[in-house]
Amino acid sequence: MNVRTYPLLATVAIFLVAYAACYAQFPAMLSTRVIGNLLTDNAYLGITAVGMTIVILSGGIDLSVGSVIAFSGVFIAVVLRDTGLHPLPVFAMLLIITTAFGAAMGGLIHGLAMPPFIVTLAGMFLARGAGYMLTIDSVPIDHPFYELIDDAYWLMPGRGRFTLIGGLMLVSVLAGMIIAHRTRFGASVFALGGGEQTARLMGVKTGRTTVLIYAFSGFMAGLSGIVFSIYTGSGYPLATVGTELTAIAAVVIGGTLLTGGAGYVFGTLVGVMTMGLIQTYIVFDGSLSSWWTKIVIGALLLFFIVLQKGILRLSVAGGAMAGAGR
Amino acid sequence: MMSRTLRRIAPQLVTLAVLAALISVVFPGFLEISVSDGRLVGPVIDILKRGATVALLAIGMTLVIATRGIDLSVGATIAITGAVAAWSISNGLGLAGALSLAIAVGLVAGLWNGVLVAIIGIQPIVATLILMTAGRGVAQLITEGRILTFSHDGLAFLGSGDVLGIPVPALLWPVTGIAVALLMRRTALGLLIEAIGINRRASALAGINARLLLIAVYMTSGLCAALAGIITAADIRGADANNAGLWLELDAILAVVIGGNSLMGGRFSVAASLFGAMIIQTIDTGILLAGFPSEYNLVIKAALVVAILVLQSPRLASTWIYWGMRLRNRRAADAARIREAGE
Amino acid sequence: MLLTITELSKSFPGTRALDGVDFDLAAGEVHALLGENGAGKSTLIKCLTGAYQRDAGEILLDGQPIHPRSTSEAQELGIGTVYQEVNLLPNLSVAQNLTFGREPMRFGMTRGRAMRAEARETLKDYGLDIDVGRDLGSYSVAVQQIVAIARAVQLSGKVLILDEPTASLDAEEVRMIFDVVRALRDRGLGIIFVSHFLDQVFELTDRLTVLRNGRRIATERTAGINRMQLIEHMLGHELEEVEKKARRSAPGVPSDRPEMLRFAGLGRRGEVEPFDLTVRVGEVIGLAGLLGSGRTESAELMFGAKTAQTGGASDADGTVAIDNPRNAIAAGFGFAPEDRKTEGIVADLSVRENIVLALQASRGWARPIPRAEQNRLADMFIARLDIRTSDAEKAVGDLSGGNQQKVVLARWLAMNPRFLILDEPTRGIDVGAHAEILRLIQEITAEGMSIVVISSELEELIAVSDRVIVVRDRRHVAELTGSDIESETIVLWIAAPDAQDGRAA
Repeated sequence: MNVRTYPLLATVAIFLVAYAACYAQFPAMLSTRVIGNLLTDNAYLGITAVGMTIVILSGGIDLSVGSVIAFSGVFIAVVLRDTGLHPLPVFAMLLIITTAFGAAMGGLIHGLAMPPFIVTLAGMFLARGAGYMLTIDSVPIDHPFYELIDDAYWLMPGRGRFTLIGGLMLVSVLAGMIIAHRTRFGASVFALGGGEQTARLMGVKTGRTTVLIYAFSGFMAGLSGIVFSIYTGSGYPLATVGTELTAIAAVVIGGTLLTGGAGYVFGTLVGVMTMGLIQTYIVFDGSLSSWWTKIVIGALLLFFIVLQKGILRLSVAGGAMAGAGR
Repeated sequence: MMSRTLRRIAPQLVTLAVLAALISVVFPGFLEISVSDGRLVGPVIDILKRGATVALLAIGMTLVIATRGIDLSVGATIAITGAVAAWSISNGLGLAGALSLAIAVGLVAGLWNGVLVAIIGIQPIVATLILMTAGRGVAQLITEGRILTFSHDGLAFLGSGDVLGIPVPALLWPVTGIAVALLMRRTALGLLIEAIGINRRASALAGINARLLLIAVYMTSGLCAALAGIITAADIRGADANNAGLWLELDAILAVVIGGNSLMGGRFSVAASLFGAMIIQTIDTGILLAGFPSEYNLVIKAALVVAILVLQSPRLASTWIYWGMRLRNRRAADAARIREAGE
Repeated sequence: MLLTITELSKSFPGTRALDGVDFDLAAGEVHALLGENGAGKSTLIKCLTGAYQRDAGEILLDGQPIHPRSTSEAQELGIGTVYQEVNLLPNLSVAQNLTFGREPMRFGMTRGRAMRAEARETLKDYGLDIDVGRDLGSYSVAVQQIVAIARAVQLSGKVLILDEPTASLDAEEVRMIFDVVRALRDRGLGIIFVSHFLDQVFELTDRLTVLRNGRRIATERTAGINRMQLIEHMLGHELEEVEKKARRSAPGVPSDRPEMLRFAGLGRRGEVEPFDLTVRVGEVIGLAGLLGSGRTESAELMFGAKTAQTGGASDADGTVAIDNPRNAIAAGFGFAPEDRKTEGIVADLSVRENIVLALQASRGWARPIPRAEQNRLADMFIARLDIRTSDAEKAVGDLSGGNQQKVVLARWLAMNPRFLILDEPTRGIDVGAHAEILRLIQEITAEGMSIVVISSELEELIAVSDRVIVVRDRRHVAELTGSDIESETIVLWIAAPDAQDGRAA
């Protein structure tokens, strides 16, 4: 058994145990309704977390995604309000913008040899500011196409709704899994996370890969913005403040090493679901306050960070990593 | 000594002067200070007061960044310490009790980060992320999710009172800044912190207790966040666990970076970071005064960050050195050729 | 010849790393490249792999001149390299590492099964039957090395450079690697083998070339040279006459001097076996031994840079705590490490700050050294050690290697320690500074300070030492005094396979 799968197994185990505990207390939690809502409510988070997973696997971080999601909602709402365009071409335009935005950040990170943290911090300000410049109000979206999407769901047995956006998240996760684990680009991402120097020696084009990584994250943030605008039916520049942190937390709780090089996209889905589960439990309980979510997530973060550190030490002590330059 | 400090903070001073001039063009009364009710009033005083929280955070953040670290948790610490201060004053602990409890909690938060970084060996950005996430929940736990208001004039004085006509927050950050800067430069702390930030291994071999220093630095950052938390709560006479200090860690980091301190650690200047904080606040206030919609604020900040990044970039620096060397080599070659031609 | 290098030169600011070096390699040959640190081995290899661009000279591969500009270009030309630090990705599977960059694809996706099959097939040639789906990092270093060799051979296939591939392996693992190397030689590859393990060189290689101070000293058939000759080539002792003259004028009788410190049973598993060492006042003890023999590790244990698992130190007043550098410094120890850049200087700090650093650390943060006193110390040492700097405020990182070394020395002399450990104090510095540092060592011992000097240069050790300890295979094997301190005896002890122990003793 590979030691690197331990965090993933821990993630899955924690989710299953937590779910079982919830079920024991509230049998209603094991219903297609709850599961359908879990998927729908966390769809935008899950999609952007997939992008974040790729970024973190490469040893980077993207603080701009929350702002990009907000910008996307505002962009869609304002363009739909002010022009007669159909949402689909607007979506396409938006995805081009956010992807280019991510690519530009990747280019700066590589070109300036600057920490991703500070470059994407600038990106965070810029995207949020761009949203403000479009509007400072919440702009409702009422387009027949949006109503169509809202009604697009499959009624599961047990009257749970499997919505289009929930499905889109699952598709995104699947796509992320293929990209990360089954393509050359994905291998390059892991290589970068394992060590830039070694990656270059093995023939990875680091500049191109870095640009692509952040472009991908920008694309996913844009997609997440579309989903979020469908979910809320509006665009608001102050929305999704702090989503980047929630996404990072989901990735780490999903068992991905925050310093890069090890992890699974599937784990991120479980991480997102775990966080959604905590919130659902608090809603079911009724007496618990919402801030427990943050505290539990913080505790989970601590657990996974220390677990990863322990695994790293363990493998160093075992000599398996000796000479690997870690 | 003085001239060296001046030279170090000159870019920040020039930036401030340019900003002041620009704002004055659009808003002529920008630099005016008048006295009303025995208090100084005017945009500049307002900047000094409103910039206090970021300035206080920037003091601790400067030290953390000098050790090659980063402290993402200061915003959450503001929320916690503000909540602690408000809670203890409403529970009759008195001003001294409330202040010391809040400061103690800030120090504990710093200790937590310091232990994770220095002893367990977790990367600073990762280690402080934990408290950043959980801290706000802890603060909400204390305030029970409400805005915990209090009516205690002593505590409120720290946020909205004034001494000799100057708002207390506007006094607090320069005093703290000067105290920390003096502590750094009048003792050997500054040198030792710079040494571990540049080369921790060599410093340890030279006998510097790097672990202890690192913990102390994160605790200083926690202390500064506690001070910021106290004045934030005092200003609004209440603790708002949801919004107090929200995203201020990013502004604080930005202030340090604008202050010309490298994120790679090493040489630092507390004064320059404080001016960095004032630059951020001047932009915020200036945009409002100039009648621009505040929406532009973030875009300008973003542009500022990128500009500074480009100037600080190690890759660009090496390019400049490369061009400089080529120029020098070419000159030397030219000189040699001229000499040869002459013989 | 498969590969011919003529008159290769490469300089760096302040040093001439390679000075007209010739080297050749035949197909189906294992050719050892030997020399101590700083001899020019790694520079030569980096010129071959495209990491450095040579200043002058020619490299012919299959008779064609080549100018590799990057590692990947060298690979395409047919030159592959395997380093001591495995240059593969431990976080990817063995199969991914082997096929990285040319994975079998279908519909734009990598075909995991085909990839693993290919990897298994490849490794079969190397006698390795492992689960290629697991992370590389979960295997032993030996397996990782073989995977690295397999990848290098697949990508290049003419010349294979093995740079200290066995440094962290045990005997059984070394055998595995050797079998692989022999099989590759029989397939007609030319293999350059860099190692400081002489046994391995004698066992594996057909020819050997020795470099010293950037120059080629000798190229010989391995079978035609013995250990002694080889070590003499590596450490050099042609300057017998000079060294006699440089010898301390009054060697004194060391055993007469009062004892100052006693290390007893100091050891750490995997670093150096427990050793005893008595240090007398004003004495210079030389630690002789090849790279990797345990000489640096001995110093690190004495200074507490690594904590000893057994043993300890004592002086006339009782036990001396040396479990970490701070305690050792408090006990009056100083240590100038071998790797100046990462362990010695604090590059961005000024000359003055670097000089006062240890003194300040020992005084504690609350008692700063007054600026005037700092300036006085800095100026004094700049003058006394002849540190070439425009002024005391210049960043140490901007000085030359020799001057950086002097700054580190000044840092310790400012402490006025009683016991100073100098690990390779003259490494990589020019001849002038070299002599000055040796003169300085004699000067400070005259004041009663005791010194341990570690050096790869025998002449240097012989010139300054009152006593020489020989370290071999992580053990202190001999202590030489008086007339025994001469190169032949030292070389004999460094070389001695165990059978010779009895004779020499």
